[in-house]
Amino acid sequence: MKSRAFPYIPHTEEEIRRILHVIGVSSVEELLKVFPPDLRLKGPLKLPDGLSEQELKELLEDISKKNSTTKDYSSFLGAGAYNHYIPSAVNHIISRSEFYTSYTPYQPEISQGTLQAIFEYQTLICQLTGMDAANASLYDGASAAAEAVLMAKRITGKKRVLVSSSLHPEYRETINTYLSCCAGLPEEVLYCAERGVTLPDACEKAYTDDTACMVVQHPNFFGCLEEVPALSEIAHRKNSLLVVAVTEPVSFGMLKPPGEMGADIVVGEGQSFGNPLNFGGPYLGFMAAGNKNLRQLPGRIVGQTVDKNGKRSFCLTLATREQHIRRERATSNICTNEGLSALACAVHLSLLGKDGLEKLAQLNFSKAAYLEKKLTGVKGIKTAFTSPFFNEFVIEAGKDAEKFLKALLKKEIIGGVALKRFYPALSRHILVTATEMNSKKDMDRYAEVADSFFGRC
Amino acid sequence: MEFPKDLKYTKEHEWVRKEGDTVIVGITDYAQDSLGDIVYIELPQEGGSVTKDEPFGVVESVKAVSDLYSPVTGTVVEVNDAIGDSPEVINEDPYGDAWIIKVSPASPEELEELLTAEEYQKYTEEEK
Repeated sequence: MKSRAFPYIPHTEEEIRRILHVIGVSSVEELLKVFPPDLRLKGPLKLPDGLSEQELKELLEDISKKNSTTKDYSSFLGAGAYNHYIPSAVNHIISRSEFYTSYTPYQPEISQGTLQAIFEYQTLICQLTGMDAANASLYDGASAAAEAVLMAKRITGKKRVLVSSSLHPEYRETINTYLSCCAGLPEEVLYCAERGVTLPDACEKAYTDDTACMVVQHPNFFGCLEEVPALSEIAHRKNSLLVVAVTEPVSFGMLKPPGEMGADIVVGEGQSFGNPLNFGGPYLGFMAAGNKNLRQLPGRIVGQTVDKNGKRSFCLTLATREQHIRRERATSNICTNEGLSALACAVHLSLLGKDGLEKLAQLNFSKAAYLEKKLTGVKGIKTAFTSPFFNEFVIEAGKDAEKFLKALLKKEIIGGVALKRFYPALSRHILVTATEMNSKKDMDRYAEVADSFFGRC
Repeated sequence: MEFPKDLKYTKEHEWVRKEGDTVIVGITDYAQDSLGDIVYIELPQEGGSVTKDEPFGVVESVKAVSDLYSPVTGTVVEVNDAIGDSPEVINEDPYGDAWIIKVSPASPEELEELLTAEEYQKYTEEEK
């Protein structure tokens, strides 16, 4: 008998008949009688017939060919999502079904592998950020920054929030969204137009007695290095907290950990390690703080303990902060961890090791320095800001900046992010990123296309 | 189980001792016994305000986490920071060393609304 049952519901005709009998209706149709006739479809949905697996695969492959990836183009995009090399071992390890199919490790007796992996991830985040404790990860860097703001408000009991305008614009938007429910949007401290960083003096003036925290990105959205020690000194003098956001954690391989510069909460985006660009997700937010604020961290935390035989083991810990216990008074009711992405991050970091990370950071730094020198050597392109940068920098390309990006695109070069959409004052500016994925040849070609574009102008 | 006669009590299991113009607040012997081993206490800030029947802190045991409710409205004049470092004292000496906060009450007549030792003891027996 051809089934009238729904294709993705596993009940047989016989089961459906019995269910209907028990509830006392004759057909599924009868159940739907409560809907007014004018809201009901008159016939079946106008959909084509289903495809076979083979046909479906071909269709999807054809659609995916319409996309271009960083393999087809020479990409100099960054701005919070970075094109880095992912060693093959990362995907092999995270594809093991023990990791790939596992759910939240609430039962430690059957989840030691996942728990140990998260514990090691947290340990790596603490080492990179220079903080005491990290959570098991959050959705992404932007939501981690928003959680940090809420956490700072809980810790200090104060209401106002300062953010630097050199913080990623989308991170600022996310913070606004999180704060929009409870009054008092953050106030922005404008970056210095000449240096491209937050000036401690400007920052100091913005504080009041009711300022819970200041959020600054380092390296900031323009790639520039902020004066974190000075900013944290001010925050602490004002009995407030400094939140440092890091969108490019490869920078940890060269820069002093924020924890050693006085940061109270360090958050950021972990995509750079082990996670591909993926059209923007899934990514992973990392978050770390000092021991004295441990109880205010949102999200899951894995701790190390001993089992009944005294053997080292792991479990979810400090769970009373969390929504399944504290309900509306939990540290967060809008977070989870990105287990598999965090695992990919931990595996990549383990493969790199301390020396590997240092070398990777130096490679990124020197590539960006080379490209910046090449591009600003082109007549028509200038450096926008005077501050030192890591692997991103802003160029000023005149009134034809957007035309310039289009000309590059024709030569299969994605030249960077036009900043106009984020900063109207920077309508002639482009944010350019270089990583280990950009060869010298690619960078030279970028400069050559620039040369010929501006030569024509 | 101890129910000292000179204290006042709340149905949320806090005790109150009047001392001059201030009142001292803690949790009862019955509360610590029901909670089990206490591992953490979240204390309010000195100088902050508390409101009658509103949470002012959190106490966490190996079994559960509970809010601490203020028996009176007023200002926190002193916080027992020592129990923050060793919350187990709450299990050992709930009416003595483990006092939690001292409050300067805004309207001292609120104290009259609290339970006496006999009333509280009866309440705990009914709760079981």
